[in-house]
Amino acid sequence: MAQVKMTVNGKAASGEVEGRTLLAHFLRDDLGLTGTHIGCDTSQCGACVVHVNGEAVKACSMLALEAEGAEVSTIEGQANADGSLNVIQQAFQDHHGLQCGFCTPGMVMSTAALLKDNPKPSEAEIRHYLDGNICRCTGYHNIVKAIMAASGQDTGQIAAE
Amino acid sequence: MYNFEVERPTSVSNAVAALGRDEAQPLSGGQTLIPTLKARLAAPSVLVSLTGIEDMKGVRMEGDKLCIGGATTHATVMREAEAHYPGLASLAARIGDPAVRNRGTIGGSLANNDPSACYPAGALGSGATIVTNNREIAADDYFMGMFETALEEDEIVTEVKFPVPDAARYEKFIQPASRFPLVAAFVARFSDGVRVAITGASENGVFRWTEAEEALNGNFGADAVKGLSVSADGMIGDLHGSSAYRAHLVGVMTQRAVASIA
Amino acid sequence: MPKDGGIGASSKRREDVRFLTGAGNYTDDINIRGQAHVFFLRSDVAHGTLNNVDTSEAEGMPGVVRIFTGADFEAVGSIPCGWQVTDRHGDPMQEPRHPVLAHGKVRHVGEPIAAVVAETLGQARDAAEAIVVEIDELPAVIDMKEAVKDGAPKVHDDLTSNLCYDWGFVEENKDAVNKAFDDAAHVTTLELVNNRLVANPMEPRVAVGDYSRSDDQHTLYTTSQNPHVIRLLMGAFVLGIPEHKLRVVAPDVGGGFGTKIFHYQEEAFCTFAAKACNRPVKWTSSRSEAFISDAHGRDHVTKIELALDGDNNFTAIRTDTYANMGAYLSTFAPSVPTWLHGTLMAGNYKTPLIYVNVKAVFTNTVPVDAYRGAGRPEATYQLERLVDKAAHELGVDPMELRRQNFITEFPYATPVAVEYDTGDYNATLDKLIEISDKAGFEARRKESEAKGKLRGFGMNCYIEACGIAPSNLVGQLGARAGLYESATVRVNATGGLVVMTGSHSHGQGHETTFSQVVAEMIGIDESMVDIVHGDTAKVPMGMGTYGSRSIAVGGSAMVRATEKIIAKAKKIASHLLEASESDIELKDGAFSVAGTDKSVAWGDVTLAAYVPHNYPLEDIEPGLEETAFYDPSNFTYPSGAYACEVELDPDTGHVTIERFAAADDFGNVINPMIVTGQVHGGLAQGIGQALMENCAYDSDGQLLSASYMDYAMPRASDLPFYSVDHSCQTPCTHNPLGVKGCGEAGAIGSPPAVVNAVLDAMRSGGKDVGHIDMPVTPARVWAAMHGAEANAARVGAVGSNAKPQPE
Repeated sequence: MAQVKMTVNGKAASGEVEGRTLLAHFLRDDLGLTGTHIGCDTSQCGACVVHVNGEAVKACSMLALEAEGAEVSTIEGQANADGSLNVIQQAFQDHHGLQCGFCTPGMVMSTAALLKDNPKPSEAEIRHYLDGNICRCTGYHNIVKAIMAASGQDTGQIAAE
Repeated sequence: MYNFEVERPTSVSNAVAALGRDEAQPLSGGQTLIPTLKARLAAPSVLVSLTGIEDMKGVRMEGDKLCIGGATTHATVMREAEAHYPGLASLAARIGDPAVRNRGTIGGSLANNDPSACYPAGALGSGATIVTNNREIAADDYFMGMFETALEEDEIVTEVKFPVPDAARYEKFIQPASRFPLVAAFVARFSDGVRVAITGASENGVFRWTEAEEALNGNFGADAVKGLSVSADGMIGDLHGSSAYRAHLVGVMTQRAVASIA
Repeated sequence: MPKDGGIGASSKRREDVRFLTGAGNYTDDINIRGQAHVFFLRSDVAHGTLNNVDTSEAEGMPGVVRIFTGADFEAVGSIPCGWQVTDRHGDPMQEPRHPVLAHGKVRHVGEPIAAVVAETLGQARDAAEAIVVEIDELPAVIDMKEAVKDGAPKVHDDLTSNLCYDWGFVEENKDAVNKAFDDAAHVTTLELVNNRLVANPMEPRVAVGDYSRSDDQHTLYTTSQNPHVIRLLMGAFVLGIPEHKLRVVAPDVGGGFGTKIFHYQEEAFCTFAAKACNRPVKWTSSRSEAFISDAHGRDHVTKIELALDGDNNFTAIRTDTYANMGAYLSTFAPSVPTWLHGTLMAGNYKTPLIYVNVKAVFTNTVPVDAYRGAGRPEATYQLERLVDKAAHELGVDPMELRRQNFITEFPYATPVAVEYDTGDYNATLDKLIEISDKAGFEARRKESEAKGKLRGFGMNCYIEACGIAPSNLVGQLGARAGLYESATVRVNATGGLVVMTGSHSHGQGHETTFSQVVAEMIGIDESMVDIVHGDTAKVPMGMGTYGSRSIAVGGSAMVRATEKIIAKAKKIASHLLEASESDIELKDGAFSVAGTDKSVAWGDVTLAAYVPHNYPLEDIEPGLEETAFYDPSNFTYPSGAYACEVELDPDTGHVTIERFAAADDFGNVINPMIVTGQVHGGLAQGIGQALMENCAYDSDGQLLSASYMDYAMPRASDLPFYSVDHSCQTPCTHNPLGVKGCGEAGAIGSPPAVVNAVLDAMRSGGKDVGHIDMPVTPARVWAAMHGAEANAARVGAVGSNAKPQPE
């Protein structure tokens, strides 16, 4: 066992972990931050996406010890200070960009990373950016639409609700 | 995963020392190694993380060579190589997905030499030099077959030096599940010749398609390679495509790469 | 004008806030103090005699609590099958025993052999590797047609063969159908494969067993679409626990698509082991485990024929299907290729004579059961590919051939035992032509051709049957369960209310939709209604969510219970208003006396019910809580027409979906936003089946597509924006909301449109191949475009589900 310390959602966090403990398990099991989900074991589904030092990473493909000293942010830290949904979260609700909710934390975290680098992504850019985030419920239509809306783009021309 | 200890050296020499321990293995971005460990297909007792070694990170020009530290992520190459070697930056920009690119490294990819990985095509197609803690290895001497390289035990990729071609293009046809290349071609046009490297196709891993190189040296255009084909013998045949299909795609991807920079 | 609440409003989902903030409560988020973890040691061979399982070394490994093997479950029941099919000779299907842990034999890769309970999952897995398993490998039975040949190795030695049943439907019509083919002016024949799929909800399955010695109470937390069904099957048939001692809780469920309907060994194990170890026991499936332990879907091999007269009227349909059951009978497996498939073979057409033969076959593969659509996608795919092929053979417009044969008068009794209550197939087809912009297709084709690409347009119609019912009928058909639904409406003193529904949500947004219905009925704000589901300790015995039944059956039960509430509340109001009950009207949350300005608010009535100071105690009891059980009189029959436009790269065979349009008739719609979302998701799964998803075994029974590295899940970049319309509405005639169900339509209706479009694109490139099997991968398209020489070599995959990749 080894000691690990990091900052999670702005608060100091630490724990005793095995070498093999994944960041995703540390967040879920040691810190109780169960919003980070685990949907595959081959680093593809993206349900576990968090930000480490401002960059989107898959928390199931990174050891907890590799996040030593890092600034980590998770879905639990995304809402506004008053608890209301942030712009991305609100767009996902407004445009029905989620159904079962399991992929949703990863989708929101990936979207935040996308919009930081590319504030007005095109539809094609959004779709390609989500190559590492699998959703089985929505068929992606409303996720893409929500991301366009969250980036202030007109979604009126997109078919259907 | 089996349990292991984690060492996080901050210098190459400390990393090499740590790798001298019993059953030690280097860990770079981990985007292949960690899934492999989860499947219990490897059982190191010590993982030596290379991501804390600042000397192994970064993209810089040294003379006419683009030098990329072994622990540099794909995302960094995507951003920082763009001004120097856009063909390579474009390859890096299409590896895996954004979160994978934020962790995965060039050294990790080249050390693993997955027969369907992108970087081996970029390195071989550029005629790059793989720099380790011990020596420099020409790309032509480095790739030894599927998951096989010239690296010795305890040898790590500290840097990769790329000659910068006049133009280069990576054309990738994805396998729809893994999003690795089913077949991809990297074509680089230098003033003294053309190099064509193919990944995803061969059971021996990345290879140079010399016949295409010769044809393109005489006449750099898609037509030059139109009549050429590689043999299906030795090509990978699996659920996603037969060896004949892969052999066919070698031609199509090469033509498209050439056409885009001709 | 769109409404801002109630029935017909696109109310935003109340579920979303917790899911968007990481506050959802999925089963894997549940950790009970003192819990141990289980790791299942699974068979890595497809078929073999299990000679010995030696756990002696593993027992002493760090952290091990206890190791279980098949011997520990000898006194425990078999995992039951919930549906008994009777074959065409009147005999019951062959039904093998299905142990919790393998005993005597292993029958598929992934079958659990031993279970290690340890302090941590890592320790459990470490110890599992020290278990020594001795298996004498036997030849694997993978290909269905080989499996039913004389002398084939048997999956179950105590059964007479690998044939589970040979079902004929309608057997009495067989001779007449054959005669119609003899008399036909034209016969179109098609052989096809409906590829095996893995449902892949993003949340893997999880089970947590808990046991309290002090009151002999078992609790199972599980990722289930129907916790009461699990309680009944596991309690009564496997573990012998009476229902009052067994609570099953399914909290937030991260997608299901059918695969979380079934009762699985891991649930029974965790419940059993929690008592045996006297501590909570948790299992969390990895995705790798999910591929070899979640029930798979589809996997039919079919020959279908259509007879037409000289005027292109359909006169008969004849089908011959092999349906893979896998190694054991999963909960509802036998019903899928029979009653959920044969009954849909009329489709949207007035074909007078139909005969369906289905041979269900045991193989050494993971069990196969319902997956989104379950039997209906298989029926639709056959029929709509067949009609398209007939149109091309006859040189007529595929759309017009369909239109000519549409059923236009309702109710309509099909020759396959069901009666469609309503529908308007011309209306949805007309709507499709509009929203797909078929008129603009030729111009778009020219644009594609200018880029060196081929473009194709394909369409199909579909009919779907939701809310399987009524219980007395399905009982005769072999169901070992009722198919009603329950609801309790509990009104609180201050007027808010809680609906406890036997339906469950695994992403469909029931908390929102169901609240809209009750709020509308009473005339109160949706925020005054809460929905409780997924807990057998809270909800009356219900049947859960599958088969697009929730609004049609569960919603109807809720309406009935709410009607009882309103009836009683009117009595109370009539007392308070000193008026005749027949004069009381409920509107906008207030009771008034017709023709007067006298009224009393909803909250005053509910308060009176619980503080009955001024109350007709001599006539009615205090309180305001009602329960209803609703058993539908018929299925509901959504229908529609779908169109797909593809672009095909002739150099690589790669197909992209450029446009997809869906015109559905779901009857009345409660929340259009949610209904549209359901269609989107179904379309993605149907397009996924058509283009890329393929669960394939090799001839040794090893799963070739055992992770996301090889099983292609559709990504955002594989799919377009869809054009979805559900403005054609013929309300269901036999349920109170006039609703039909929308959960599966997209997955049922989309695969034939995709394949028809790909074939159209190939034809436009001068290549008419007649048929191409799903998934229409680039390799397959390229091979088909390049003719026979491309099909010379094969890779290892065999079997119905895994047609060798053509070379």
